Amino acid sequence: MQIAIASGKGGTGKTTLSVALAQVWDGPVQLLDCDVEEPNASIFLSLKSQTEKRVFVPVPAVDSARCTGCGKCAAICQFNALAVAGKTVLVFTELCHSCGGCARICPEKAITEVPFSVGTIRQGQSGNIQFMEGRLDVGRAMAPPVIRAVKKAADPKLPVLIDCPPGTSCPMITAVKGSDFILLVTEPTPFGLHDLTLAVETVRLLNIPFGVIINRSDAGDNRVVEYCKRENIRLLLQIPESRKIAEACSRGESILSAAPELAPSLRNLLEEIR
Amino acid sequence: MKELVIISGKGGTGKTSITASFAALANRAVFADCDVDAADLHLILNPEIRERHDFYSGHEAVIRKADCTGCGLCADLCRFDAVKSSGDKFKIELPSCEGCGVCVSFCPAKAIDFPDRLCGEWFVSNTRFGTIVHARLGIGAENSGKLVSTVRQQARQFATAGQADWLLTDGPPGTGCPVIASITGADAVLAVTEPTLSGQHDLLRVIELTRHFKIPVFVCVNKWDINPAMTATIEAAATSSGATVLTRIPYDISITEAQINGQSVVEHNNGIASQFMQTLWEKLCQLLH
Amino acid sequence: MKIAVSTSGNDLNAPLDPRFGRAARFVIYETETGTFELADNSQNLNAAQGAGIQAAQNAASTGAAAVISGHFGPKAFRVLSASKIAVYPSTAATVREALDLYAAGKLTAAQDADVEGHWM
Repeated sequence: MQIAIASGKGGTGKTTLSVALAQVWDGPVQLLDCDVEEPNASIFLSLKSQTEKRVFVPVPAVDSARCTGCGKCAAICQFNALAVAGKTVLVFTELCHSCGGCARICPEKAITEVPFSVGTIRQGQSGNIQFMEGRLDVGRAMAPPVIRAVKKAADPKLPVLIDCPPGTSCPMITAVKGSDFILLVTEPTPFGLHDLTLAVETVRLLNIPFGVIINRSDAGDNRVVEYCKRENIRLLLQIPESRKIAEACSRGESILSAAPELAPSLRNLLEEIR
Repeated sequence: MKELVIISGKGGTGKTSITASFAALANRAVFADCDVDAADLHLILNPEIRERHDFYSGHEAVIRKADCTGCGLCADLCRFDAVKSSGDKFKIELPSCEGCGVCVSFCPAKAIDFPDRLCGEWFVSNTRFGTIVHARLGIGAENSGKLVSTVRQQARQFATAGQADWLLTDGPPGTGCPVIASITGADAVLAVTEPTLSGQHDLLRVIELTRHFKIPVFVCVNKWDINPAMTATIEAAATSSGATVLTRIPYDISITEAQINGQSVVEHNNGIASQFMQTLWEKLCQLLH
Repeated sequence: MKIAVSTSGNDLNAPLDPRFGRAARFVIYETETGTFELADNSQNLNAAQGAGIQAAQNAASTGAAAVISGHFGPKAFRVLSASKIAVYPSTAATVREALDLYAAGKLTAAQDADVEGHWM
């Protein structure tokens, strides 16, 4: 079972809900923080026995003794990560998407793929939660390889909850891919609704079952509820605005510590989608 | 002309509400919405679209079913898990296709086309405050930063041609390609955060990024009174990372009310958040002009 | 020798395109004969990234020994200098004006990129 917690808009409470869902999970569960540009879930967990390892992507290295400067590698590269200058090939590692095309096409076998570090995976334990986080190095542009690495590090036999990056572009797609269900977290505001409609279009395209959670449900108007009705979307849970919850979150405490009464409804929600 | 980019690291800190208020306050300004993945500024500025352009970037692989022999080499070579079997043949799952062209080059039957990829649209629009350039990234498209660069370049052209005093840019969340594309070469960045541990964590990452690109960064803590102690901690951390801390904005329900009315906060009322946003804008004007 | 000048037009009176990577084409001017040809650079218009790198290779493949454009980013500069091509930033309005400034020795070869990155 793999459940992704996503939202078009940032700041809707996706991360705090992911953590709370993991905390009420019946038995061992893996929580994956795949918002690798700004990973925050660990702030809400006290982690024990942490380990860390670097994430590498394969990038080309050119053996200049073998290279004839034929330029086939530069020609196949769609990302302009290789350039031929006279008889030498220059590599622009930061542009490489690690597709492997250059190494495969080189007639002289002059290109090997070498590891290039782009981020970190951190693992730790907190109660029933086996936590894994990807963290993109600041200044690095491409999040998906780090997201893929986190997902690969998870044990496929154990249930997985994924805290996804915001938006609907490739990092979000990479994070939600392969999920059995997607929870879309939103707010009852014009921004919340607009970004929700984009997220709904996306998950419909991916053909993954989904439902909506409205956070701070009394802090706006009725437009999200009406939209869900109109579009026949399952509205799974509404969580009212609470200063208590906001303050707890600001201190890095779980929403369940401020509002333990939410636990049964979160359990019900998991029951319903499982 | 000065270009100010408003970013936040973390989403939901009130960045777009603040940008919209600046739009209402600025004289002779052009606007760019670079949050192309979840653009919201138009919900307040209510643009009347005057130009619409398709945005193409890179390519996408498409298997011609009739010519596919079902050998499966494409699936073996694809590093992005974008090739799926379909009966005894194969097809490309578009959202996963990275556009690397490896399958296209090595397909023994030459059965894979590689057309230009339509990745979204960008618009030039009139608003009650001036011209805005904004965009809509296609679903699942790669937010490589090129659409962001296009939006900024176009907005910059309008700003230069119209001799505008300001180019105000609403930036995306995060620290990856789109953010880098939004801030490089700008005159200054305003980072809007909130007094939470997550807000602090993300703020320090975006400050690091702006320093990496040597752009002056100002910091504003929104909803500061939700956690005054955290606000103080964040401001101290921001200062010691080399950022300049400006006005705090208190929590005010009128920020949400204004959004529901399709207004910027400073148009909506002269409440407490509105007043502090005006102060913040005056400070930025003094600092940058 | 050949000099490549970035432009959006088709002849010597055309404007100098200040963007090296995303210029539509280059005028390749032959100083010996005073004649020119055009080299296409438009494959770059849809490149998601690395336009400067591709443009530098395009310029190099024409056999040009020098290039004149408005600005050069760090990646384009790296490819051009590895290809032993002299790099001349210029604010000239037209291709002809840029070539005249070059002939008069009024352009200075760049020792480094003069703009940040490939993002703008």
